[in-house]
Amino acid sequence: MKADVIIIGGGLMGASSALQLSKLGLKCVVLDREHPGRHSSGVSAGGLRRLNRHPAEIPLSVAAAAIWHNIEDLLDNDCGTHFPGQIRVAENAADLEKLQQRARLVAGLGYDHEEMIDRDELFQLVPGLSPHCVGGLICRDDGFGQPFHALTAFRHKATRLGVDFRIGARVDEIDRRKGLWQVHTPLGKFRAPILVNSAGSWAHRISEAVGESVPLQPGSPMMMVTERLPRFVEPVLGAASRKLSFKQMPNGTLLIGGAHLARLDFNHERTEIEWRKMAVSARTVLALFPQLEDVRIVRTWAGVEAFMPDHLPVISPGQEAGVFHAFGFSAHGFQLSPVVGQIIAQLITDGTSSLPIEAFSIKRFQ
Amino acid sequence: MKAHYPLLIIGAGPAGLSAAIVAAEHGLDVAVIDDQAAPGGQIYRAIESISPERIKQLGGDYQRGHELVAQFRASSAEYHPHTSVWSLNDRQEIGILTQDQTRIITADHVLLANGAMERPIPFKGWTLPGVMNAGAGQVMFKQAGIIPEDGVVMAGSGPLLLLLAWQYLHAGVKIRALLDTSPYNNLLRALPHLPRALMAHHYITRGLHYQNMIKLAGVPIIKGVSRLSAHGDNKLEKISYRRHGKTHEIETDLLLVHFGVVPQTHLSRAAGCRHSWDNNQQCLRPQLDEWGATSQPGLFIAGDNAGIGGARTAEHAGRLAAFQVLFQQGIIDQAQRDREANKDRKWMRDDLHIRPFLEKLFRHPWGLLAKTDDDTIVCRCEEITAGQIRAEFQQGHSGSNQVKFITRSGMGPCQGRQCMLAVAHILANESNQPMHDDAFYKVRPPVTPLTLGQLASLYPEEQE
Repeated sequence: MKADVIIIGGGLMGASSALQLSKLGLKCVVLDREHPGRHSSGVSAGGLRRLNRHPAEIPLSVAAAAIWHNIEDLLDNDCGTHFPGQIRVAENAADLEKLQQRARLVAGLGYDHEEMIDRDELFQLVPGLSPHCVGGLICRDDGFGQPFHALTAFRHKATRLGVDFRIGARVDEIDRRKGLWQVHTPLGKFRAPILVNSAGSWAHRISEAVGESVPLQPGSPMMMVTERLPRFVEPVLGAASRKLSFKQMPNGTLLIGGAHLARLDFNHERTEIEWRKMAVSARTVLALFPQLEDVRIVRTWAGVEAFMPDHLPVISPGQEAGVFHAFGFSAHGFQLSPVVGQIIAQLITDGTSSLPIEAFSIKRFQ
Repeated sequence: MKAHYPLLIIGAGPAGLSAAIVAAEHGLDVAVIDDQAAPGGQIYRAIESISPERIKQLGGDYQRGHELVAQFRASSAEYHPHTSVWSLNDRQEIGILTQDQTRIITADHVLLANGAMERPIPFKGWTLPGVMNAGAGQVMFKQAGIIPEDGVVMAGSGPLLLLLAWQYLHAGVKIRALLDTSPYNNLLRALPHLPRALMAHHYITRGLHYQNMIKLAGVPIIKGVSRLSAHGDNKLEKISYRRHGKTHEIETDLLLVHFGVVPQTHLSRAAGCRHSWDNNQQCLRPQLDEWGATSQPGLFIAGDNAGIGGARTAEHAGRLAAFQVLFQQGIIDQAQRDREANKDRKWMRDDLHIRPFLEKLFRHPWGLLAKTDDDTIVCRCEEITAGQIRAEFQQGHSGSNQVKFITRSGMGPCQGRQCMLAVAHILANESNQPMHDDAFYKVRPPVTPLTLGQLASLYPEEQE
């Protein structure tokens, strides 16, 4: 089968790229080994966060935030988005100093989305917080969405625009013939002049297949969910000096992450909860909300996610003509996904991106 | 409790107890943990504290429970009641919760003997107060002597339904009707298995006896019932069903349902053991070798969580697993293992003759399992209906886990125990596919809920 663009990986980045490309009239086929979003796209915590982004990611994140606030315009679906703000909590003077430095850095870059709040305002916004907390850094209209709903919405919209999603299309081999990339799968051979690598935790294998090796490391951030509780916290919380992502979902459950990693058997795609580290997450939560001691955890999980050594993604043209990469989001790609699709579409059609992406070049590993 | 055992047994029913007795006899340091207050499992629940009068009401089998529990008590096996398991992995690390202490202990060998659970089948109105599982009714009766005062309608299919009806009659409960949801032709399909079943004829004799006694007591036994529904505003007021093309109604404020039992697979699936769909038993069961060893080294399964075989088979299976553990730990040699095992194998073979007959006789029709009404709730925890599951299938979400992601079915505190089979059946029906081994939710521990405080108490030395 011949297309204009072959996209390998039907998760958020692949579906977002397919959507943007098909809007520009290109015929896209998306190949996925299993049901799309089976790994990081479908199981992420769903944070829509500009707060505390790496400076190189800020322009992309700011552009993405504008899209998320009107996501229905793009996807005809609100993707379960809410924007109650995100706060990084300071628990002591050292934390406060760290957050103030961060606020100065962001302001110095010319952005105003991150601002300090004092203790009074912190407790106004998060009344249940432990009294030892002293302030915080806030991004007032950050929030969260439902990753699997977003993923599905991207795919459905792309499908309506004519994108061809192929499930069960594991990539066995990639070669190049008469200027076309040929991707061999159990569903047959797909050919196109353009190849997009958005294969998530398997992207290094695709990258190698086109002659570029990258130091991608699959990892499995753990998360847990509690029983439903009466509403007591609106903003999404992190902590200045602890690993934490904490939010109360609209249905009342608490979703707790902390970037602690599960054991991962990558070849068998099996993850196993590392209770030793999960216990640390539980202690972090109880340090901030001691009253939650008797709340029941009903579920934990760990997806597989692609990490780069510098925790920055690869959003970049490849070495070979017609190859484009979008992977390695290191557990914070959900929010960037609408913009990544735009960038990939621009790179393919104009050869350049209107947003700065030098920091995400694949060349940094060569 | 120690931090490590050569053999840890999870479950103090017939399989766990008999395995512990054998292991302890051979001097193995073995511990049995169980979430109940006393040994016996579901089948011999409260057997030590039960009055002779109630033992009579419960029937002859309970005598065997007495002997087994007494032997276990006399053995050197450690026993930890009120202890639940919230995690199990393939390195034999067992997360346990006992009297509010949370620990992770280890074992060289683990025997999972945590039995079966009643098969949940969603039907219209099944979530109304006043609709209960027959098993729950039996637990209340065994443990506390509680019986329904104002009469009851019983419905479903399976030996336990007849047994409980018979037990209730002895205790003076008024049974308004016993509705049998097995199709008429089940009997025809079971007949070819009757000669073999007669080799374990005591089961049949007893079943017929129960049925006759129930009839003699004037209880209407209504066969060929379909479209069972429960009705009422905030609690059960009446039930209805279809039979011979007509709808019938019975007023009642209590309906006890029972659709047989299925293996509890959450722990074995959490540990990554391979499972397969058993089309005869209409359930998922672990893949085991002749000793009960799973696909994960060091992890054994015996009893009804290996596949439904009943209490006597469970005892033998428990002993077989124990012999293999003793052999693998170098305590007995192969000749001794095989000599001991031969007796159990023979008993087990004899006991299992009844199963193909029972499986055909009590087989559930596909419509009952897979054609749940659109407005019937399937996932009780998250209140997701069969119609919502089907709508997601239409949107291209063909697998249980995809449907779970998008609808939240199976994400509640019961960990999908109530809806796992139903969702898999509904999706199989929509896709015109038979049931298959991977049609089920992934298990997300803790297998039983754990509080944040309990989790936080683990590994206090561990830093950020």
